[in-house]
Amino acid sequence: MILLWLILIPFIGGLLAWQGERTVGRGFPRWIALATMLLALGISVWLWMVGDWSLEAVGGVPRWTIEYQVPWIPRFGISLHLAMDGLSLMLVVLTNLLGVMAVACSWREIDRNVGFFHLNLLWNLGGVVGVFLTLDLFLFFFLWEMMLVPMYFLIALWGHNAPGGKGRIYAATKFFIFTQASGLVMLLAILGLVIVHYQNTGIITFDYMDLLKTEMAPNVEMILMLGFFIAFAVKTPMVPLHSWLPDAHSQAPTAGSVDLAGILLKTAAYGMLRFALPIFPNASAAFAPVAMWFGVLGILYGAFLCFAQNDIKRLVAYSSVSHMGFVLIGIYSGTPQALQGVVVQMLAHGLSAGALFILCGEIYERLHTRELSKMGGLWARFPYLPPIALFFSVAALGLPGLGNFVGEFLILLGSWKVNMLITAIASTGLILGAVYSLILVQRAFHGAPAEGAPPLKDLGKRELGMMAVLMALLLALGLHPQTVLDTSAASMHQVHSIYSAAQALTGVTP
Amino acid sequence: MTFTSEHLAALAPILLLSATIVAVMLAIAFNRRHWGNATTAVVGLNVALLSCIWLIWSDHPDTIVTPLFVIDGYALFYMALILVTTLATATLSHAYLERFRGEREEMYLLLTLSALGGLTLACAQHFASLFIGLELLSVPLYAMIAYPVKSRRPLEGGLKYLVLSAVASAFLLFGIALIYSQAGSLAFADIGPYFAGVGAMPGSPVALIGGALLLIGLAFKLSLVPFHLWTPDVYEGAPAPVAAYLATVSKVAVFAVLTRYFVEAGGYYQTSLVSVLGWLAFASIFVGNLLAVRQNNVKRMLAYSSIAHFGYCMVGLVAGGPLAVEAVGAYLMTYVVTSIGAFGVVTLTSSAGDERDADVIYDYRGLFWRRPYLASILTAMLLSLAGIPLTAGFIGKFYIIAAGLDGHQWWLLGAVVVGSAIGLYYYLRLLISLFLLDPSKHRFAASLDWAQRAGGIMVLLAMVLMLALGVFPQPFIHLLQLSALAPG
Repeated sequence: MILLWLILIPFIGGLLAWQGERTVGRGFPRWIALATMLLALGISVWLWMVGDWSLEAVGGVPRWTIEYQVPWIPRFGISLHLAMDGLSLMLVVLTNLLGVMAVACSWREIDRNVGFFHLNLLWNLGGVVGVFLTLDLFLFFFLWEMMLVPMYFLIALWGHNAPGGKGRIYAATKFFIFTQASGLVMLLAILGLVIVHYQNTGIITFDYMDLLKTEMAPNVEMILMLGFFIAFAVKTPMVPLHSWLPDAHSQAPTAGSVDLAGILLKTAAYGMLRFALPIFPNASAAFAPVAMWFGVLGILYGAFLCFAQNDIKRLVAYSSVSHMGFVLIGIYSGTPQALQGVVVQMLAHGLSAGALFILCGEIYERLHTRELSKMGGLWARFPYLPPIALFFSVAALGLPGLGNFVGEFLILLGSWKVNMLITAIASTGLILGAVYSLILVQRAFHGAPAEGAPPLKDLGKRELGMMAVLMALLLALGLHPQTVLDTSAASMHQVHSIYSAAQALTGVTP
Repeated sequence: MTFTSEHLAALAPILLLSATIVAVMLAIAFNRRHWGNATTAVVGLNVALLSCIWLIWSDHPDTIVTPLFVIDGYALFYMALILVTTLATATLSHAYLERFRGEREEMYLLLTLSALGGLTLACAQHFASLFIGLELLSVPLYAMIAYPVKSRRPLEGGLKYLVLSAVASAFLLFGIALIYSQAGSLAFADIGPYFAGVGAMPGSPVALIGGALLLIGLAFKLSLVPFHLWTPDVYEGAPAPVAAYLATVSKVAVFAVLTRYFVEAGGYYQTSLVSVLGWLAFASIFVGNLLAVRQNNVKRMLAYSSIAHFGYCMVGLVAGGPLAVEAVGAYLMTYVVTSIGAFGVVTLTSSAGDERDADVIYDYRGLFWRRPYLASILTAMLLSLAGIPLTAGFIGKFYIIAAGLDGHQWWLLGAVVVGSAIGLYYYLRLLISLFLLDPSKHRFAASLDWAQRAGGIMVLLAMVLMLALGVFPQPFIHLLQLSALAPG
């Protein structure tokens, strides 16, 4: 029941915020949204503290620390089946934490239709939490698509019309159509899987635990796996399908970008770990080299395009493409180290990319531009913001001691045994990452300030507080990743044991 | 044959509606009052609906009344759907016609007459009742479309519909005649075995041509591509509530009888025609969606989108299999609720007193900031048309995709996916304009107390029903399972 509340709390909070704007006052939605997200964060952290996250699978059947199931549409064997293990817990905590940040960073930025903004923000967060908790494929698809609508509104209504771009409505529509169309392909695959299962057993069900053991002919398995993969690849985003991301980021409001980069991209990686690999292990193992090469392509392509960007938000967006390439490689190499690295990388990227987008928003609030060519010399004009930005930039480039390093290192270590060539090329991404991160810092902050430029208003207490929390967490993740690794170990071990059996069949020896 | 009380009870919805028509006619003749006449019609429709629900509730056994009609679960389901939709149209017409200068009362007479045609189609199991029902459904519609006779566009739309509908009826009649020449009977129950017998052999070309002509006639009414050319003009010209009726009842009734023809009269045995129908569905999805993208007029956009939607629905029918009838029923139900809601908002925003309806996308700009709840309803309806989860449209689309997968219709499923993506584009275009900044000058807005009026309450109910269908579909699915058809 507590899991259902984790989903419902943001939805209820969103409705209160929307209605409260008219009846109580304009500041009210912000406070109610903050309280809601803090409550959700509190519950998820409390669950982390009290739960036992080391439950190993028994006989190949995963076990869940918390589970909740009630029938929903018995006609098709659909139920509200929610469950939480270490992996979902980590991502739920991340979602709620970045949710608090997203509310806090739009405190001053959003001054139009505050209530409706928070309705959309909280509904989106609630939908994402649902995606991380559901074990019913129908419900998964349901929430997967449903969370797009609020995101669409966030971009289309409160976004910016960045100069040179095609406008926020264009970006929002592109985002929606890309993800919705790929989602429908996944729906086809889900239904195909259900029908195959029905033909085998005579039972119609959408339940993960039942479908996990579906026997399939190899070509059927491959087709169905590709259906899932396409949906996840668009959301990750994998390189030929990524073109919605920079547009969406550059037009989205800060909270939207934080949400998009920090959380929404993770739903795709989560979907691969939870659904694509365990349900279709043989097809995934056969497809793994292709997926890993796409990951390499993403790392290099994203990094190279970073050099060409003049808009700081687009730069950070392309760096996300590059970082998610590592996640793709890690998932499909399937070794325990790589999978654990994926979890750390997801958390670290969520924190660092979220922080960088918040900083971009703060720079935009003060300079009213996001173009690097109009910056330069900012170090002299603020005391606090540039060093903080430097911190997150070096975090993004993978400085040891910070979370991203642990993630990338574990992924590369784990995938080395699977495919040396891919690992070697992928690790050049780290060098490219260092170059573009430093170029960002150099172009934006260093150099002489323009003649007679006034000092700018520096970060306030709220902004400094947010940054301090994110910095502390990133440091903690870098210096003591064991807490996270212990929590997710059991779920990752489960994925590994299913996947490695299939790898052995297809002749890949990890 | 002799009529027993059982037959009369089974026919209750039709008889009650017929009595309502007489009552409305007499009421208009003796005392012409807009509110009073509308209420008479609404009360009659409600009584008919109640009798329908009672028959479903009491698990009425399938009753064959004369060779023409069969009252089974399937017929009762579609009768109830048609009556509910007609009721919604009646309340919308009342809201719309309030400021109409001219005789307002005949609208309800025409509406109930047309609904009677719909009920006839829902329980037709004979080509004669099919034809009678179809004409009874269509003829009042000519007058309803051209109801504001002093305006050019409604008149043009009405005339266009009259001419094309007459042509379609001619095709239909000729098709029926050809089938009769081969099968020797007009009853579905006799034609089914004939087609089943022929299905194994090469078959007679005459029966094939007959089946093809029949389908052409029905495809005209369903505005499947390439028989869709009348649709946008007629929708644009028709008053908003009539357009709602045209998009829902007139198509649902035809689809109901088409499905029955396929299942009971063995339409599925003419496999070449089924595959042609598959191509029509394919073309409807693409042409409907692509042309809708270019529209700036909301009513034309909804017209093209309805072409696409009946393409989706046809996928379920073409797929066949055990799920087909249920999938078609689910799709039609969700589509009707959604369309009524969408057209309802258009109707409430427009009024017959104005020189045109609020039908340009620009008229809706910033509606959310003026009438937040009304705009929220339209938002939800558009998302439902696009098939986003949490709304009814998703359940319909889910059923269609499941049926299509079950029937291995890969090309059609591809069309559904691509069509939905294109559809999203134009739904979002209208949707986002609701939220854009209010232009300083706007001509259209629903009256402030819209939610306290009959039309507003109806739209709110449609919204509630739509969300209920989307969030908790199990009771509706149960209803659909009661209305299954057994192959003849």
